[in-house]
Amino acid sequence: MGEQILVVLQQEAGKVRHVALEALSLAQHLRPGQVTALTFGPGSESARDVLGRYGADRLVSLNHEMFASYSSDGFAEAVRQVENMVEASAIIFPATAWGKDLAPRVAGLLEAGLASDCTEITSDADGRLVAIRPVYAGKAFATVHIDSPVQTFSIRPNIQSVKETNRSAEPLSCPIELSAESFQSKVVEVRTQATDAVELTEAEIIVSGGRGMKGPENFKLLDDLAQALGAAVGSSRPVADEGWVPHSYHIGQTGKVVSPNVYFAVGISGAIQHLAGISGSKYIVAINSDSEAPIFKAANYGIVGNLFDVVPSVTKAVLALKAEQ
Amino acid sequence: MKILVMVKQVPDTATRIRVGGDGASIASDGIKWVINPYDEFAIEEALQIRERLHGEVVVVSVGPQRVEEAIRQTLAMGVDRGVHVKTDVALDSYQAAAALAAVARQETFDLILTGKQAVDDDAAQVGPLMSVLLEVPQVTVVLKLSINPDTQRLIAERELEGAIEVVELPYPAVITAQRGLNEPRYPTLPNIMKAKKKEIRVELLESLGIDVVPKVRITALTEPPARPVAKILTGDPLEAAEQLVNLLHHEAKVL
Repeated sequence: MGEQILVVLQQEAGKVRHVALEALSLAQHLRPGQVTALTFGPGSESARDVLGRYGADRLVSLNHEMFASYSSDGFAEAVRQVENMVEASAIIFPATAWGKDLAPRVAGLLEAGLASDCTEITSDADGRLVAIRPVYAGKAFATVHIDSPVQTFSIRPNIQSVKETNRSAEPLSCPIELSAESFQSKVVEVRTQATDAVELTEAEIIVSGGRGMKGPENFKLLDDLAQALGAAVGSSRPVADEGWVPHSYHIGQTGKVVSPNVYFAVGISGAIQHLAGISGSKYIVAINSDSEAPIFKAANYGIVGNLFDVVPSVTKAVLALKAEQ
Repeated sequence: MKILVMVKQVPDTATRIRVGGDGASIASDGIKWVINPYDEFAIEEALQIRERLHGEVVVVSVGPQRVEEAIRQTLAMGVDRGVHVKTDVALDSYQAAAALAAVARQETFDLILTGKQAVDDDAAQVGPLMSVLLEVPQVTVVLKLSINPDTQRLIAERELEGAIEVVELPYPAVITAQRGLNEPRYPTLPNIMKAKKKEIRVELLESLGIDVVPKVRITALTEPPARPVAKILTGDPLEAAEQLVNLLHHEAKVL
């Protein structure tokens, strides 16, 4: 069982994030037939179907009530115990807020090396895994070798392709021994914000505004375009600092790092920190009145013009396309 | 309340990153070094806690000689004293956490604050790794922190995807700071003068007894591939918009 990969996943009422399926498909690609998924909390068994279809050969469901709400220390200790039983040589986490909190804690307990937020994992000639991960928010990419016996990774959402199969995951029981003292840090409440907004780090399309928007009231134009596209709305740092939009909108080296299929930069000149944060985008569209703006050098497509005319026109053209489809 | 703030010195975010001659690290010439922006939120939070609850704020930083300047800057913001773990060796996250944890054991602490990640390696590991090594609980990516000294407990709000998570934990603990936690102060002239007289204790990395073999090695560093020259559309906004949507649909196939 030494070549097992353990994929540690978050589920809620049997639902998992898309990145969970990406992690499973990647693990299945790296170690066919050797993938064990681990989920937590009541209802985790109902995720068995979907987890199997996307690459889990076995599923450990820790559905005890004590895993109903997250605890970094409790969950990390549980992963350590499951890892000891499964004897996986690698563990993959999603690089979500949850996974980024849990993965280093598990790595610490196992005295294992961790490569965070990887965009690529491959297998080398010796059967060890090698990762590529962005550093400096994507201004460079590092090839990372982990030398500890157990290798741990977290993977960035929206990068790996998913592959559906007719596999079904076999339930695997793992008795866990944990006392209440292992649950010191406890989640007592989760407050969900704006209901139907797409999360920036997971969005396929992002419409983002900068100083060129001239004021918070004009973000309505971007909301309209985003709605037509099914996109998330983001911003450059200055407009978040000005308070035109919440801090959570801020994309860049000291904000969110994103990797959508298409990134619309509207009225954003393209400071180096912002360009770093969007460098993982497959396509970048720049809309700006200044043809000399650095954003056009980073873009695949650009419209030079007054955004207050251009953006509503793009919205109109998108709606026309959607109406045809 | 004794608070340790773990600070990393990183290249200014305006730096253009170039790959160095070894092909596995950055070319360091001409880089302006600054305090990791997320660590500034940690420093500010520590100073605000000291203002409310009294006690001492100590900054700890690992790195070569130049790191002293970063520590001096935190002293000018109001930190009481500094510890400089001196080394010219680039450490991986685990080694850095081990070095910081060793200092934390010497110093003892109620809280350890640091940034949610450093903007150079973006690993976001040192906070949680320290908390494992010191056997204390953690809360990461914190937007709001309240402390109850009577019960020795913390309530922290942390940022999730589209949600806020409220976490309760006892302290001593490790907390990592996210933008939004506070507005870091600027050093004032009197504080800059005072900072010159404050103590920076130098500790040699070798004296801390940490494992010299890294667990994680960077074997290559590459610059991201350049994008092809952009197709720029000008002229009538409506026509340009239609062309753009057409290109995204037929050429890029992303709509």
